[in-house]
Amino acid sequence: MDKIPILQFSRRDALRLLGTGSLLAAGAGIPLRAKPEGKAKAVIQIWMWGGPSHTDTFDPKPSAGYDYRGPFDKPIATKTAGLEINELMPLVAAQSRQYSVIRSMTHGIYAHETASYAVQTGRKPGERLVYPCTGAVVSLFKGKDGAAGNLIPPYIVLTQPQGRFSENGFLPERYRPFATGGDPAQARFAVEGIVAPGVSDQRQKDRRQLLHQLNTLEHAMENDPSIKALDQAERQAYELILGDAGKVFDLAEEKDEMRDRYGRNTFGQSCLAARRLVERGVPYVTINYGGWDTHVQNFQVMRQKLPQMDKGLAALLADLSDRGLLDSTIVWWGGEFGRTPKVMWEAPWNGGRNHWGACFCALVAGGGFQGGRVVGATDAKGEEVKDRPVYPADLIGTIYELLGIDLNARLPNPQGLDLRVIPTAAEGVPMAGRLKELV
Amino acid sequence: MIWEPGILPLLVSFLAAAFAGTIPEDRAAPFESAGPIASHGRIDELTFARWKQLGIQPSGPCSDEVFLRRAYLDVIGTLPTPDEAAQFLGDAGSGKRGALIDRLLARDEFPDYWALKWSDLLRVKSEFPINLWPNAVQAYYRSIHTAIAANLPYDRWARQLLDSSGSNFRVPEVNFYRAIPSRDPQAIAQAVALTWMGARASQWPKPRLEGMAAFFSRVGYKSTSEWKEEIVYFDFTQPTRAGAVFPDGRAARLTPGEDPREVFTAWLLAPGNAWFASNAVNRIWYWLLGRGIVQEPDDIRPDNPPANPELLGYLERELVASHYDLRHIYRLILNSQVYQMSSIPRDSRAQAAANFASYPVRRLDAETLIDAICQITGTAEDYSSPIPEPFTYLPENQRATTIPDGSIGSAFLDMFGRPPRDTGLASERNNTITAEQRLHLLNSSHIQVKIQQSVKLRTLVQAGRTPREPVERLYLAILSRYPTSQEWQTVAAYFQASKANRWQAATDLAWALINSAEFLYRH
Repeated sequence: MDKIPILQFSRRDALRLLGTGSLLAAGAGIPLRAKPEGKAKAVIQIWMWGGPSHTDTFDPKPSAGYDYRGPFDKPIATKTAGLEINELMPLVAAQSRQYSVIRSMTHGIYAHETASYAVQTGRKPGERLVYPCTGAVVSLFKGKDGAAGNLIPPYIVLTQPQGRFSENGFLPERYRPFATGGDPAQARFAVEGIVAPGVSDQRQKDRRQLLHQLNTLEHAMENDPSIKALDQAERQAYELILGDAGKVFDLAEEKDEMRDRYGRNTFGQSCLAARRLVERGVPYVTINYGGWDTHVQNFQVMRQKLPQMDKGLAALLADLSDRGLLDSTIVWWGGEFGRTPKVMWEAPWNGGRNHWGACFCALVAGGGFQGGRVVGATDAKGEEVKDRPVYPADLIGTIYELLGIDLNARLPNPQGLDLRVIPTAAEGVPMAGRLKELV
Repeated sequence: MIWEPGILPLLVSFLAAAFAGTIPEDRAAPFESAGPIASHGRIDELTFARWKQLGIQPSGPCSDEVFLRRAYLDVIGTLPTPDEAAQFLGDAGSGKRGALIDRLLARDEFPDYWALKWSDLLRVKSEFPINLWPNAVQAYYRSIHTAIAANLPYDRWARQLLDSSGSNFRVPEVNFYRAIPSRDPQAIAQAVALTWMGARASQWPKPRLEGMAAFFSRVGYKSTSEWKEEIVYFDFTQPTRAGAVFPDGRAARLTPGEDPREVFTAWLLAPGNAWFASNAVNRIWYWLLGRGIVQEPDDIRPDNPPANPELLGYLERELVASHYDLRHIYRLILNSQVYQMSSIPRDSRAQAAANFASYPVRRLDAETLIDAICQITGTAEDYSSPIPEPFTYLPENQRATTIPDGSIGSAFLDMFGRPPRDTGLASERNNTITAEQRLHLLNSSHIQVKIQQSVKLRTLVQAGRTPREPVERLYLAILSRYPTSQEWQTVAAYFQASKANRWQAATDLAWALINSAEFLYRH
């Protein structure tokens, strides 16, 4: 095993490191290495915020009766043995060779924030420490390879941030994701901070010059480290505002047919933007795809949202594959939990489903994950894991391994504690083994 | 209008620059004053002695403009209004700095701002990993705010928090024991040590931590039939744990009928136990001067000695002698020459910084920054919390510094490093500038819209009678000073060049000043 130097950040060390770099150059100067043999270089995480029903997506139970399956009684068979999926996802069904489905994800947590934390960090909620989520860890270990001269942030969320509990945890601020804001489905994707609608490039230049002339304190203290950091951050910002680095967000560079293929909606265009980011070397992109918390009128929501998801996800898998990027890009689809297998027909739910932490689905593709397989199974009604439980730490650990991140490497933290990438047995986090069957 | 003869402060600045020693006059112009560095009291004597001993070259004294802005931001976390700035700068009286300090300490924003700092330390948060829940957060926050507003003696306040028993709604102080992610006695001991002793017990040798944990082994928690009500109490059914040892190594004898927390508190507050008072004064010093006499401010231990033990000892004794009057300590520090130094260093060595030879620049806290931008532009923010359900929304116009609950926030506050209130460590607050923050300030629609659509700025820009007046008002509103003659020339040229669109030029000026180091950093 590689020897990883012990990193104990004092706050001053962290400030010094941060002062010389920035969020956009995460990892530079940090003596941490990823093991080189990893096949994957990037992750596109489709975060199904709210917790999509497992039985209405990748684990249908057509014979469980109307009170369980609702109106969805015609699942689509796929080329993958044992895999039927919801009838509203024909395009994804046709691509089944590209991905595998884990039907036995479990953690037993029923609240959004704690379940999100568990799924995205692999840790138990309620500890004294708040661990960083997967994207922040990948940004820590893989961010130094950076994208486009390190100017594009290594960890990007399209488009809205997920909230504090699932981000950088105890890692320094620079590992927080950059949330784009804006809407990629609009004529111009107004990435917050990078594209300011209504301000011409000339005016950008003029007022930047005005700022430089009037920056009296900066002139008086130009050798001070924190003033230097401000100056450097400004130069990096303008590389994205006026320079070439920001063009990665300009979806108008894509052909119309390509944009249509993904679907002209926020999710579809986010998938396209994610592909462009990965192409430019960004190691971790999360598409924060909300609206799956279907307590009320679950089936109406599914009819409205699933076709959109079907199109975007299928286009992403096919496009990555066409470009030869799927081998080095992990696509991870999933939410914080599943939903009550038994439908609540009564008011006020009117055909809703509640939270369900006992079992849920995840889809993985690319980056070394085998396609065309199904892992684990739930019981006849989709209420419990019947076969091969997979805990969040098992899935995340497999993703890290494929990226070449040493699972035993230490995570820098302000208290200087001995914390590892994946929980040790002593931490009491449930694990059932990494996904060797998919690698 | 009071500030119309704007020439006086300008004149002062120019005079200051002329006498500013080794710094070229144009550089130090609005930031330093002409006067000598003079001792105002014991803090200065003790600090000057260190400078002399170590051969440290101190910075010059700060100008009135700098002092005004610094005092407002440090004491009440709020920018002076243009009128307040003009009034102070136009006042020729000699005691005006001391008078300003007294006014600020009496302002309503004082308890607001310091309740924020203390809530960081006391981990006031509804959800995750601290789980106080909203009702208890309100009660806890209100008790903190009230204690600060009433200037409750610090030792009494500590005792109330440490020895409390009762319902989390009715005895809000018990939430101290609920605002800890774990109820394990060692976790409680760590929180107590960090809060009241500025010590990181997680780094202590194991027996020492166990010895302290014994005092918290009989803290009981039980729920009631009321939703989310919880009683914290002395649980005498738990056995008295043997091996209780005070952090100074002295063994304690616990009797079964006695709440061991009270034994610990008695030790903590005993006269002669310097730990308690020195942590308090060191924190206040850290909050005001950006660096503790013991640095990090919450890492007090024998092998991390204070930069100036005499100074720390003096403040400690002052706190005890004033019957634990925290505001007395603020007043002593704020009135000192050491607090009133310029930020422009003349000595770049680490020991100069460690001995406070200049006032260190640091980026405004997230809450202060957004409040300042809202104040300048006359706009408001939305603060909400998605957890726990149902969502919480704060009324419009609530300032970020007065948000009671660490679970309630905004993307801006998160981006600018507001502490998550997970551990109470001072380093949780992250004021490092990042490119993402820079992008946001320079070019986000959020800030752009605030400036561009600001009725307040528009009124301010339109009302001027001379071309210079609106520019001076913008300077007073944003930088709390008048423009220098060089700045005025630059601005006049910029307005000249964009004659057709005066409002656009004015918004560009406001944008430039908001993005300047002088606005973004405490200095």
